[in-house]
Amino acid sequence: MSKHDAEMIREISGVNPLKCMKCGKCSATCPAYDEMDIKPHQFVSYVLRGDIEALADSKSLWKCLSCFACIERCPRNVEPAKLIDAARQAVIRQRGNEADLSPDEIPALLDEKTPQQLLVSAFRRYRR
Amino acid sequence: MQRIGVFVCHCGSNIAATVDVKRVVETVKKEQGVVHAEDYPYMCSEAGQALIAAAIKEKNLGGIVVCSCSPRMHEATFRKAAERAGLNPYMVEIANIREHCSWIHKDMEEATEKAVILARAAIAKVHLNSHLQPGESLVTKRALVIGGGIAGIQTALDIAEAGYEVDIVEKTPSIGGRMSQLDKTFPTLDCSACILTPKMVDAAAHEKINLYTYSEVESVSGFVGNFSVDIRKKARFVDMNKCTGCGLCQEKCPSKKAKSEFNRGLNTRSAIYTPFAQAIPNVPVIDTESCVKMKTGKCGLCEKVCQAGAIDYSQKDEIITEKYGAIVVATGFDTINLDQYGEYAYNESPDVITSLELERVMNAAGPTKGHLERLSDGKAPKEIVFIQCVGSRCDDHRGKPYCSKICCMYTAKHAMLIRDKYPDVNVTVFYIDVRTPGKNFDEFYRRAVEEYGVNYIKGQVGKVVPQPDGSLLVQGSDLLDGKQIKMRADMVVLATAIEPEAGVRKIATMLTASIDTNNFLTEAHPKLRPVESPTAGVFLSGVCQGPKDIPETVSQAGAAAVKVIGLLAKDKLLTNPCTAESDTLLCNGCSVCQNVCPYGAIGYEDKEVNDHGIRETRRVAVVNSALCQGCGACTVACPSGAMDLKGFSNRQILAEVDAICR
Ligand SMILES: Cc1cc2nc3c(=O)[nH]c(=O)nc-3n(C[C@H](O)[C@H](O)[C@H](O)COP(=O)(O)OP(=O)(O)OC[C@H]3O[C@@H](n4cnc5c(N)ncnc54)[C@H](O)[C@@H]3O)c2cc1C
Ligand code: SF4
Ligand code: SF4
Ligand code: SF4
Ligand code: SF4
Repeated sequence: MSKHDAEMIREISGVNPLKCMKCGKCSATCPAYDEMDIKPHQFVSYVLRGDIEALADSKSLWKCLSCFACIERCPRNVEPAKLIDAARQAVIRQRGNEADLSPDEIPALLDEKTPQQLLVSAFRRYRR
Repeated sequence: MQRIGVFVCHCGSNIAATVDVKRVVETVKKEQGVVHAEDYPYMCSEAGQALIAAAIKEKNLGGIVVCSCSPRMHEATFRKAAERAGLNPYMVEIANIREHCSWIHKDMEEATEKAVILARAAIAKVHLNSHLQPGESLVTKRALVIGGGIAGIQTALDIAEAGYEVDIVEKTPSIGGRMSQLDKTFPTLDCSACILTPKMVDAAAHEKINLYTYSEVESVSGFVGNFSVDIRKKARFVDMNKCTGCGLCQEKCPSKKAKSEFNRGLNTRSAIYTPFAQAIPNVPVIDTESCVKMKTGKCGLCEKVCQAGAIDYSQKDEIITEKYGAIVVATGFDTINLDQYGEYAYNESPDVITSLELERVMNAAGPTKGHLERLSDGKAPKEIVFIQCVGSRCDDHRGKPYCSKICCMYTAKHAMLIRDKYPDVNVTVFYIDVRTPGKNFDEFYRRAVEEYGVNYIKGQVGKVVPQPDGSLLVQGSDLLDGKQIKMRADMVVLATAIEPEAGVRKIATMLTASIDTNNFLTEAHPKLRPVESPTAGVFLSGVCQGPKDIPETVSQAGAAAVKVIGLLAKDKLLTNPCTAESDTLLCNGCSVCQNVCPYGAIGYEDKEVNDHGIRETRRVAVVNSALCQGCGACTVACPSGAMDLKGFSNRQILAEVDAICR
């Protein structure tokens, strides 16, 4: 994961991290806060600094419930969950199965090891 | 053919760094009619103006073009300079090579070429300019102030003190505005009523001030110095001249279920009411929605008990027309509606209140007689949470993008007052930033922390959840300690964003005054003309122009008054000669121009015309030059090309286009 990935994550997510005013409302809202190592408001500054490595390796990637409460409540329209969503997607792409992942195939891929939250997000993304 | 002089300004490096001014001078010298061209570092300076005057005299110039900044900046300056040198001021044209050229280009080659083209267009136009003469109009020496809050009251007092008549139109039954709803005021914590009531009394007692309370502006016509305004005096159903203000009617009125607007709906009032005890005028009004007599025909108790015989159920709204020289808008603000902010549970729990509601709760004349208590069960709270920036600084569909400016200070005030009176109550404030610039302001906030032990936490609240035991769960961020806080509170107070009063857009439309996307009125210049609207004769006072506290409101109110006094002190105003005119031979009386004119300046007359020997009477457009503002809407709309604007004629504009395309 590199600077280039930071660009990619901004692009996939459509998020402009510069809009964040560091109010912490996203982290105040997040139901998965306690289980996260990098907190929702920090996703934004990690992307801003280009530190995607840490984000990709973080527990938060798989702890975010994709409930989108932070997206709903953020007063600046930053949509932090979209960043974590994009980071997840980037990680999946790196594993090389990006071409395989189509909505029809997802049910077949269901296995116990697939984190449920990834599926929720994947469905959200592919439904668009 | 005019003898034309061209003057190219460097504007220091503003223009000269991007435009090759020497080359502009050399190039325009070749233009037809140009007999003089020169450049100078600051054309607007005294020395620059002297250069222009000297050239006009020496070269006997008939028209000049100044290539400089926007005409909004210095057109008047250069016109005056020309006039002093004996040239008609309307023979001056400005080519804007700063805002329209040097400031928006980086490449010198391109910018220089464009500057030459802009100069060429102005030269082409000035060839067709004519010696226009401004007319004169008289000034009505009376001012109107719309809104009777502290802003309107102060402006009116200052104008009246200078000896001019002022009318205040206030839509509620009393003057006073929001300030009358406040308990104590930062940064000195003096009681709001104690400092406001004397001003209200002064305004009412002043021989030059006339109050129209429970009244609204219905329509406005005319122009600076000569406005004509229709005012609707809503029926009070109480005779102002007879009522003694004894209050017996309010006491006896059996209908006491209407929500008190003054107490933000936290308690009720009678159908016949004055909003608060110190109301001015101290004459009640009957709210027809809740009056039993009005709804069923029965009751009439107030009429029976009124010793003065002041009750009059047959009163009707009355419309009066008044003439004014100047109009001041002082319509103030309200707090935003919180329906979109479900996460704070404002609509769910009576113990979640806005800061303005807290002002009423803390006030001795408020719904709880000044006792700090939960509105759900009347119990004394032990734990109070304040949330800042609710709906402010929101760049989403729910709130306002701006900072409301006053809430950091009033929250510190509320927190301090509570800790002072109830030392056993814990107070926590969730903030994003604490914004307290101003004289003695930051000291005030620090006192809340250092002397009163208010717990300030950096971070926003995510949600407030009412609990079965009646308490409130507050979940927020503590960004400095890196924690998500879950705490129990008995009361939550929301520092709710403010927004301009709802009716202001209507007022702005009537006055053709500009208004921004947030409904704040726009000033003529954000720095140099902050209390004037771009519409001549319309001035701005108080929060209707932007968020501000009382000290700032009062300063601005005084500044607006000075501008009004400056205008009313004049006996006559020069009118703009650049007005529209219709050619009776071309006009076919279609009425299109009348429909587009925003100032109602166009009428129709039957005139005798001689069209190539045929004499006939035709209905043709006639422009009232006193009303015409020279906007040009009619000239564009006219299908027959009959309507033309002096100073911006169709010929002149086409000549400019030709010069640009040459
Ligand atoms: C909770 C809270 C606490 C505050 N505490 C403080 C404090 O401690 N210290 C301080 O300095 N400032 C404080 N302020 C700010 C203060 O209230 C304002 O600065 C002040 O009231 C602004 O005065 P104004 O006259 O511009 O507006 P307003 O007070 O809103 O007055 C406007 C008036 O115009 C009338 N009006 C509106 N529209 C029309 C219309 N179309 N036609 C006729 N009349 C109309 C309204 O009825 C009202 O009477 C506080 C504000 C809030 C919300
Ligand atoms: S979408 Fe993820 S980060 Fe955002 S609030 Fe829900 S769990 Fe937390
Ligand atoms: S809620 Fe939005 S603005 Fe506030 S910290 Fe989170 S991402 Fe930034
Ligand atoms: S004044 Fe303070 S509380 Fe109010 S919007 Fe601005 S920063 Fe927020
Ligand atoms: S230019 Fe025409 S439309 Fe504009 S104010 Fe004058 S008459 Fe009315």
